[in-house]
Amino acid sequence: MFDYGLFRFADKQELFDKSIRFWNPDKTKFWQGVGVDLVIDRREGYCLYDMSGRRLIDLHLNGGTYNFGHRHPELVDTLKGALDYFDMGNHWFPSVARAALSEELIGTAPGMKYAIFGAGGAEAVEIALKSARYATQRRKIVSIIKGYHGHSGLSVATGDERFTKLFLADRPDEFVQVPFNDIDAMERALAGGDVAALIMETIPATYGFPMPQEGYLNACKALCEKYGTMYIADEVQTGLMRTGEMWGWQTYGVEPDIFVTAKGLGGGIYPISAAVVNEKCGGWLEVDGAAHISTSGGAELGCIVAHKALEMLRRPELVANVHAVTRFFADGMADMMQRHGDIFVGVRQKGVVLGLEFDHPEGAVSVSRALYEHGVWAIFSSLDKRVLQFKPGVLLSADMCQEILDRFDAAMPRARALLHELSKAA
Amino acid sequence: MADAAKVTDQPLLDVPDVVWQRASMKLDGARWAAGKLAVTGRAEITGIVDAVADAGHARARHYAEAAVSETGYGVVEHKVIKNEACSRGVVDLYRDEDFVAPRIDDARKIVELPRPAGVVLALIPVTNPVATVFFKTLLALMTRNAVILCPHPAARKVCAEAAHALADAAHKAGAPENAIQVIEEPTIPLIEKLMADSRVDLIVATGGPSVVRAAYRSGTPALGVGPGNAPVLVDDTCDLKAAARRIVASKSFDNSILCTNESTVLAFAGIADRLLDEMKVAKAHICTPEQTQKLRDLLFTDDGFNTAVIGKDADWIAREAGFSAPGAKILVTPVDLVQPEERLVREKLCPVLAFARVTGIDQGISAARSMMRHTGKGHSAAIHSSDERNIMAFSAAVPALRVAVNAGCSLGASGFETHLGPSMTIGTGFAGGSSIGDNLTPHHFVQFARIAYNKEADVAFGAFEGLDPHDLPRLASIATAQPQLSLLAGGGGADSDAVRRELRKIILEELNAVLAA
Repeated sequence: MFDYGLFRFADKQELFDKSIRFWNPDKTKFWQGVGVDLVIDRREGYCLYDMSGRRLIDLHLNGGTYNFGHRHPELVDTLKGALDYFDMGNHWFPSVARAALSEELIGTAPGMKYAIFGAGGAEAVEIALKSARYATQRRKIVSIIKGYHGHSGLSVATGDERFTKLFLADRPDEFVQVPFNDIDAMERALAGGDVAALIMETIPATYGFPMPQEGYLNACKALCEKYGTMYIADEVQTGLMRTGEMWGWQTYGVEPDIFVTAKGLGGGIYPISAAVVNEKCGGWLEVDGAAHISTSGGAELGCIVAHKALEMLRRPELVANVHAVTRFFADGMADMMQRHGDIFVGVRQKGVVLGLEFDHPEGAVSVSRALYEHGVWAIFSSLDKRVLQFKPGVLLSADMCQEILDRFDAAMPRARALLHELSKAA
Repeated sequence: MADAAKVTDQPLLDVPDVVWQRASMKLDGARWAAGKLAVTGRAEITGIVDAVADAGHARARHYAEAAVSETGYGVVEHKVIKNEACSRGVVDLYRDEDFVAPRIDDARKIVELPRPAGVVLALIPVTNPVATVFFKTLLALMTRNAVILCPHPAARKVCAEAAHALADAAHKAGAPENAIQVIEEPTIPLIEKLMADSRVDLIVATGGPSVVRAAYRSGTPALGVGPGNAPVLVDDTCDLKAAARRIVASKSFDNSILCTNESTVLAFAGIADRLLDEMKVAKAHICTPEQTQKLRDLLFTDDGFNTAVIGKDADWIAREAGFSAPGAKILVTPVDLVQPEERLVREKLCPVLAFARVTGIDQGISAARSMMRHTGKGHSAAIHSSDERNIMAFSAAVPALRVAVNAGCSLGASGFETHLGPSMTIGTGFAGGSSIGDNLTPHHFVQFARIAYNKEADVAFGAFEGLDPHDLPRLASIATAQPQLSLLAGGGGADSDAVRRELRKIILEELNAVLAA
């Protein structure tokens, strides 16, 4: 019996049954189909515990939401302390929590002017796109094929057709997509001079973290300047020190007009997101600041958690840890590739953002399953299933990194066997 | 404006303790560094150790001045000597010892692989702050450990400055990031929390008894040392002039701040007056009974020992007590009773030296035992004598683990003027509540994994000479790949390397062909 006080489940099967009945039948069945029968129960640090009690090291982190691990005590204490004084607040009025967080965010990104808050990444992208449209008085938005920016009205229209066609949410006339790392295609898309914004993830996550080629992002930015288009960096997965700097664009020396942050900003305990804009893109805030409003956007509790998250990320001790984790997996994965090169064929890495390439179109699904069986949870890339998203947290310890690598090594024979079956079945 | 500004010392929100959180992150950083150091080769370690020693040595005077200025304890000139001895001095002493390479013992068919402790939490006392920072850092690095320095709060600034300089030098010489770290804002609760943290492998605690006991209580392996209270026996066979000179020099060294300093002279009655005369020549001031009483009152109040006198010079102490002793290096207070209730025979950490007469060796021993009953068990003693029987009897009977002979106790028992391990940290052994009885040396920071072969003569010992445990040929990958391949091939069974390699090649080719299809 799993008794949570408010509700109870006899066993895991009852949970599956009710999830299929009341929540999401396809999603529930999908995971069972790929051999991942996970229902997250307890969670602590970088570990998840299935309802069965089985421990899993989390390398999925929901795209960096759990950058600090699960329920990091410092964040939890911060939120608990805030709950004795604040609530979500009233979005209509200036607030100490929002003002303080805005100042902190601007402090991390010289050249930016305002921070505009949402509750999730899609909302922040929505704000970014609207701000760019205001600034340029143009409608068109360019994004990357297999890019990903969320599921709300404008944000989903920038993304893959898997997420639009079903809902008739694609808008091909206003939303144009170009291939990643193809600067000529980019210029063709922007050359008409009618594009409000180019939005791109600094490293496209859902596409499996293909690395931008040398100079590509700078060239995109230069084209934006040439054609009067706003450059929006989606930093939801690459921000918050995950690439070794506070923001991914800083590691590439690109200065966007707007950048978007979410997920880890709320430390995995209180949802908050932000679009951080330069003076031009923030112009509407001086004309009609209530033109975009959000009751839960920039909730004060979230602001306080985010404030703490940013403070933690700037500590030299944390930055040193990110570098140590980065080096560990650079060396460790090179070693793994040498030993398992028959199936494990490539590593894409920037900081603690890694994509591991396997030699089969669905390779990462099998590897994810093999790792799951070996106590590690890492998810494949939805839009390129050759690639396993491998996302260590910024506070991972040396001991746990070694454990991850040992488990990875132990899982490779099983991954090999699964891939072998997959190939035979094909 | 009528802002209802809250006037309060307390913030409106209850926020987490950032000092602890940052310290906790330092532990994680140290674990990374320890992992890297543990697989670093000897040449690189030697380079790092030398660079750190040089950095400390180069600014020995600056840190001596800063330490005296921050803590108010000790003598700059003497701290310079200690800082130099505890930087290059200590490194040169152990230069020929190898704490890194495997040790091969053909006769016993054993190979010993050095296994560093990992993360060393080094507690730094207020009395010898910088010398101890140098000393513990270097011992930790020689043996490939990461170190986190926890200074006494009253010496935190100079310790942090010195630690940062050493860390910079180490990093430039190739040490991993965070090999040397310091807790900049130490508090007793913070240090207790750090000591109990499972990420610490070893605590090296120097300080007062409460700190040392806390270290042992923490549950983390600890090397803690107790307080000193050294008796110095002077018999009628010694060179009195030399003895007097050595005692005064030792007692005045750094104003008696080393825990090995002499507490009480126990002089054979027949030579006591001549010894006092010689000590006067060496610039000791012999106190009158009134002056002795004044010092007793100054040093020991109803609240206990007056820490304000620690490491102060004789002139200052005399004035504070209400008399003057111009030019005196030490103040000698004759006492009749050598029992703990005579407070002047306790540990004093300032240049006040009790002086008592004993009838001979037996009474000297019982007096020494009596004064150490209160404090000083397991620590140090000294004897000035040329009679081996007296030396042996005294050493066998007093509860000290080191007895300096014909040497000042301050620098003799601490190994700088004897061949003991030169040390800022003096093990007081089981009698003194400590797990070590030696002067702390690098050997205490490393253990060994032992490869032990079958004793039988027909089992041959391996040829380990020249093998580096951290840079072995990649035989391992083939060995580990083998069972995986057998899994795919439906069973292995191949028993020669060549067959295995061939099999591996065939299967890989087959597998790749299948996967590519």
